[in-house]
This record gives sequence, C-alpha cells and structure tokens, in this order.
Amino acid sequence: MSIAAPLRSKLITPTTLVLLALAAVGFYFLLERFLYGLGAVANINQGYPWGIWVVFDVIIGTAIGCGGFAMALLVYVFNRGDYHPLMRPALLSGLFGYTLGAVAVMFDLGRYWHVYNLLLPWHAQPNSVMYEVALCVMAYVVVLWMEFSPAFLEGRAAGGFRRFVDRWMWAIVALGVLLPTMHQSSLGSMLLVMGYKLSPLWFTLWLPALFVISALMMGYGIVMFEATVVSRSFGLPSHRALISKLSVVVGLITVAWLALRWGDLYARHVLAFACVVSVRVVMFWIENALFLAAALIFIVPAWRAGRRASFLGAVALLAGGSLYRLDAYLIGYTPVTHWSYFPSVPELMVTIGMIALEVLLYLVFIKTLPVLHGRPARR
Amino acid sequence: MDVIRNSDPNSDLEACLGLDPDGLTRWGISRRQIFQFCAGVAATMGLSSAAGASMAKAVTSPSRPPVIWLHGQECTGCTESLLRAYHPTLESLLLDVISLDYHETLCVGAGEQALAYKRAMMEKHKGKYVLVTEGGTPMKDGGIYCKVGGKTHVEHVREAAAGAAAVIAIGSCASWGGVQSADPNPTGAVGTHSVVPGTTVINIPGCPPNPYNFLSTVIYLLTFKRPPALDAHNRPKFAYGRLIHENCERRPHFDAGRFALEFGDEGHRLGYCLYKIGCKGPETHANCSAIGFGDVGFGSWPVGTGHPCYGCTEKADAFRKPIHALATLQNLTPPTAYPDVSAENGPAIGAGAAVAGLVGGLAVGAGAMWLKQMGSEPDKADASNKEP
Ligand code: SF4
Repeated sequence: MSIAAPLRSKLITPTTLVLLALAAVGFYFLLERFLYGLGAVANINQGYPWGIWVVFDVIIGTAIGCGGFAMALLVYVFNRGDYHPLMRPALLSGLFGYTLGAVAVMFDLGRYWHVYNLLLPWHAQPNSVMYEVALCVMAYVVVLWMEFSPAFLEGRAAGGFRRFVDRWMWAIVALGVLLPTMHQSSLGSMLLVMGYKLSPLWFTLWLPALFVISALMMGYGIVMFEATVVSRSFGLPSHRALISKLSVVVGLITVAWLALRWGDLYARHVLAFACVVSVRVVMFWIENALFLAAALIFIVPAWRAGRRASFLGAVALLAGGSLYRLDAYLIGYTPVTHWSYFPSVPELMVTIGMIALEVLLYLVFIKTLPVLHGRPARR
Repeated sequence: MDVIRNSDPNSDLEACLGLDPDGLTRWGISRRQIFQFCAGVAATMGLSSAAGASMAKAVTSPSRPPVIWLHGQECTGCTESLLRAYHPTLESLLLDVISLDYHETLCVGAGEQALAYKRAMMEKHKGKYVLVTEGGTPMKDGGIYCKVGGKTHVEHVREAAAGAAAVIAIGSCASWGGVQSADPNPTGAVGTHSVVPGTTVINIPGCPPNPYNFLSTVIYLLTFKRPPALDAHNRPKFAYGRLIHENCERRPHFDAGRFALEFGDEGHRLGYCLYKIGCKGPETHANCSAIGFGDVGFGSWPVGTGHPCYGCTEKADAFRKPIHALATLQNLTPPTAYPDVSAENGPAIGAGAAVAGLVGGLAVGAGAMWLKQMGSEPDKADASNKEP
C-alpha cells in the first residue's frame, strides 16, 4: 500500500496568487463589517436575518466538509480499510470546511463578543437546537484537528500529545462520526421552527433525516471531486477503481434519499405545489434533477466507468446538495411581510474570499504535509 | 409549627352561616378538582407532585386550623383582592380549609361580641393559630392613630402574635408600612415585623398582592407546618424570587430598544417597553408578569394595561421612588445606540446578481474546459486502480 507524502511542489503559483488576492478582497470587506457593522456590508434584514454567509459558509460549507465524516463512517465503522488513501484528503477538506464555517458564523453574529457565553454551562439552554449546533460544531472542529493531527506528528519524536492521540484515536474517530450526525441533522431541525414560512416542498418533519443523509452524500461527493481534481492537477494516481466502488454505494444512498423525499411529499399530499411555475419550484426541480442525475451516473455501470461522467456525477451531487440547502434556508422561505434579500457584492466577496482561503490552505497543506497517497509524477 | 385541627365542625361562625362542611364534596367541588388545584399550587411553587398530593390531603382534612385576621392602617385592598380569587374562592378557603375565627371585614358578629369571640378563640387555640395582619401599624404617640375596641393596633398585634404559631403580613402596608409610611410618615407607620421583633413574619407584599401568592403560602403552611423558603425580606421565594422584568411580555421591546417615551405616544400605543416612563420592573421582585391578576388571562397586570410597574413589592420603590424615576437595571443595561426601529425591507437585487452570475459563469466555463481536456488525457494508473 502506498504511503501518504507531502507533494513538495512550489507554494507560489499563479493559482495560489489568484486565491490569495480573492481572500484579501474578502478580508477587506470583513474589516469593513467589523468597523461599521453588519448593515454596512450585508443585505440581511429583519425578514431575512440569515444571508449568504450563514447559508453558504456554514450550512453548505459544513456539508461539503462532511468528507471526513463520510469517509470515517466507511473506513472505521464499516471497517473498509481499503478506502484509507482517501481518508486524509477528505479529513483535510472537512478541517477547513468546518473551521472556516465556525469562524464565518462570527461575521454574522450581531453581538459576536457575547459568543463565549455558549461555553458557560450556567448560561446554557440545552433545549435549543441552535445551541446544540453551536456546541457540536465547535466540538467537531476540535475533533477534526485531532483526527488530522497524525499528519503533523508523523516523523516527529513521540511526545505526550502524540501518545494521547494514538491511544485515544478510536474515541476521537467515534466522536468524528457522532458529532456530524448530530449537528447536520440539527441544521434540518432548525428549520422546523419556521413552520408555514417554509414552503411545503421543503418543510417536513423529516428535515433532520434529509439533512443528515444529504450531508453524507455531499461528503462522498467532495471526496470523489477532490480525488479527480487533485490527481489531474498534480499528476497523481487517480484511485479510480476505489472511487468507482464507492460510487455505487453513494448512488444507492442517493436513491434512498430521493425515495424518502418524494415518499414524504406524496404522503403529505403536497405534490401539487411542485406543479406551479415560480422561482422556487424551478429550483426544486433542478435540485431533484441533479440528485437523480448523480444517482443514475453512479448506478449505471457504463456511466460509472467513464471518468468524465463519474466526475460530473460528483459535481451534480455537490450542486444538488448545496441547492437543497440554499432553497430550504433562503429560496423556499418567505418571511411574514414583504421582505426581499439578495446578497450584496461585499457579502458575496466575503464568501468567495472564504472559499478561496479554503482552497488555498488545502493546497498549502497537501504540499507541505503527508496527506496524499502516491508519489508525485512531476515535481 | 403545630396547627391544631379544629375538631368541632359546628363552630359558631359556621352555625351562624348555616354551612354544612360535612357534605359529600368540600368547597362545592369534586375531590379530583381539589387534587388538580393542589397540583397546580405545588407546581407554581416549584414543588413535586407528591407535595401536591399532601397539600390536597391537608386542605381536605375535616379539622381546620384557626386563623385570626387583623386590620390596621389600610384600604382593605388585600381582602378585596382575595375576594377575587376563584381557585379556590375566598369563602371556600375561609370556611372549609381554615377556620377564620376573626376577620374585621368578613365576620358576622360586631362590636364587643366579635372581640369577645376573638379573645375566646385566641385563648382556646393558644400557640396554634395563624395570625394574618393586613395594614400598617402606627407607632407614633403610643399608636393612638389606629384603635379597635379602645385598644391600639400595636397592642392588638402584639397580643395576637404572642400566642400565634405563625404570622403572615399580607400586603405592602403590613410588610413595611405601605402608603401611610411614605414621607413624612405622620403616624409613624411600620410593618408588622417591626412591631413584633424576634418573631418570623412571612411578608406577602404587593398593593394588593396576588391572592394566589397568599393562598399558596397558607396551603404550604398547612401542609408542611413550616414557612416556605424566604428571601432576605422574608418574602416567599417561589413568588418573589425573580424580577418582573425577566418575564415581562414587553421585554423584547426593551431588548430591541423600543420604548414608550410618554403616555399616549406612538410607542405607548404600540405596546413598547415602559422603562423610560418609569417602569420599576427591572428592580422589582414579583411574579405579576408570570401569573397576572384576576384569572382573566394574558395581559391583566399593570404593565399589561400600559402602566409602568411602580414596584409595590419593594420597600425601596412604591410610595418612595417617584413614578417617573428610572429603575436601576440589575443585569443588562440597554446600549446607548440601537438599530433603527423602522427597518428597511431589503434592497432590490443589484450588482450582487451581476457578481453572482459572473462567478457562476466563470466556474461553469472553466469546469467545462477542464472536463474537455480530461477526455484527451491518459489515466495515471496505480496499484489501487484495478476494477474489483
Ligand atoms: S422595563 Fe417594565 S415594561 Fe419594560 S420590559 Fe421591563 S418590566 Fe416590562
């Protein structure tokens, strides 16, 4: 079996410079947000207190970051060690997805300086879904760094921390599966309080299940996406056989998810809502078409075998999952009175900056730390 | 405390009223309703349902503890407020649960007859009756400003307290002097606890107090033979443990900085917070905002009707601090600047859409190019690349 090794290629390339520039623009607007307040940069309002920052950076970002969760479930819980080469890159993307998601929440908190109260047990409100999400995400960020820590520690003298991690890795991994299950489903539960404000196409008591399963699907999606992009960009072996094996499982999960969703729509007699023409209904159909496309690509053997098709399948999965979250949190949601929301340019630039930062850090990490398996073909 | 059970159901007062306490139901309601009521009382006091059951047992017991009720300097508002309690009603409480042997407003007898009966009952149940005082006690000039039957109120209170098993001061006047003790306090009015130093007086302040705070305290005394947990001012904690401000329905307005600035202004009509017109809710301990008055549901309390709380359950507030004076905030202070009350409904879709479209288009375009190239490249194979 191959061993993970740093790529050791050049850190400063045109790509990293562009990413750096985008991140810098994002930081400029963040600075403005912290100097002049939320209203100065964001279009969020009383009707839409959550905008693109929460929905993209946190709700979608953490779901994309579920690669580590999805792979840990596969490798450790179902004991499929053969998938191990995909584990570290998956964890790495989760690491940034979650860490930056947790940081991004701070931009959106009006009184962010009160955030430490979350950690004071005597101020806790354990019945709150949001409290659960906050604590759980914080805990998972720590767990992710511990899960990933062997990449830093490899080849170093065995210190106290390393011994601790080696000894307790099983518990850390178990937490790494438990915590995302908890908070990804809670991201769905959070919408349950919206009631009639959320279109019946999305509002269902099954929201928690739909959210956690689709997070899993997106986790696998990002693993496949990454494996292809990284192997092509750096001339590494592509793990195609592994991915093709994995994609059957993902295809089946996607089918199950679609069955749950449509079965529920049918049982609630709300399919008629999907037959009118409006922005949100179009979005609803795009969402489902993307999931269906992904499921077909992964299940039909001839399509799965094609490199391009299977890559497109992963993209469809990610796009479908992201759109599902965007719809449930923003597009399918109507506040009581006539509010409107569309992200402002600074808001978008902050989100783009965060994504750029994530990709940049990912590149820096795979170049300097043992993350990817297989020797690089060119230096 | 050991409250004697009056074993003679046909005491004079009942005979006089033609009451039949040995009927099939007590209080005119079923046993099940009594249990429900006591469970409710126990729950509002933060006690277990088992405590509710013992309470139901205590209040339905055929023997009833005697109560002596004295009036001092007051408006009888506390008794009036009790008359408006409906679960149980005052008469069922007074006639069935306790044996109200003397009450100047409610007793049937009058003059020397009533006083003689009081003396006899105090003698008979010495050390076992509950004394309730309503109204302040004037101390100046030997207490001559309030007399009943030729004796000053001070003497009445001291005499009755000497043989009482427990003393309850109902209302702000009995708790610490009330309105007549306001500057310059011409009669030297004080609360019951200052008249009988050394005796534990349970204070149920309020002007008037919520009848259920009194009833719950009485039922607690009957059941457990000791006073409920009290705060530093001897007020039962179950009722006076929290600030009005904590459970006020206008609190969201306070937190969002929406205040009425004068009576009848826009904010006042919209139901905004009354802090700036002198609401004492932030420094007043009572459960008014949580349980309301008069059993008519939501909003039936001073702040609910649009008047600032004037702090009647706090010695330092009512009749001492002017109504318009600002309360001292005990926890959160409102920030100096608040967001605009009239929020905009969100701007129209603008340049953001252009940027979003541009980025989306770029991503799709670049992705397509990338995919196109992918088809023309050989696959890099390694050991893990065999199809299973
Ligand atoms: S200040 Fe008075 S009206 Fe305002 S929230 Fe507090 S108790 Fe209610």
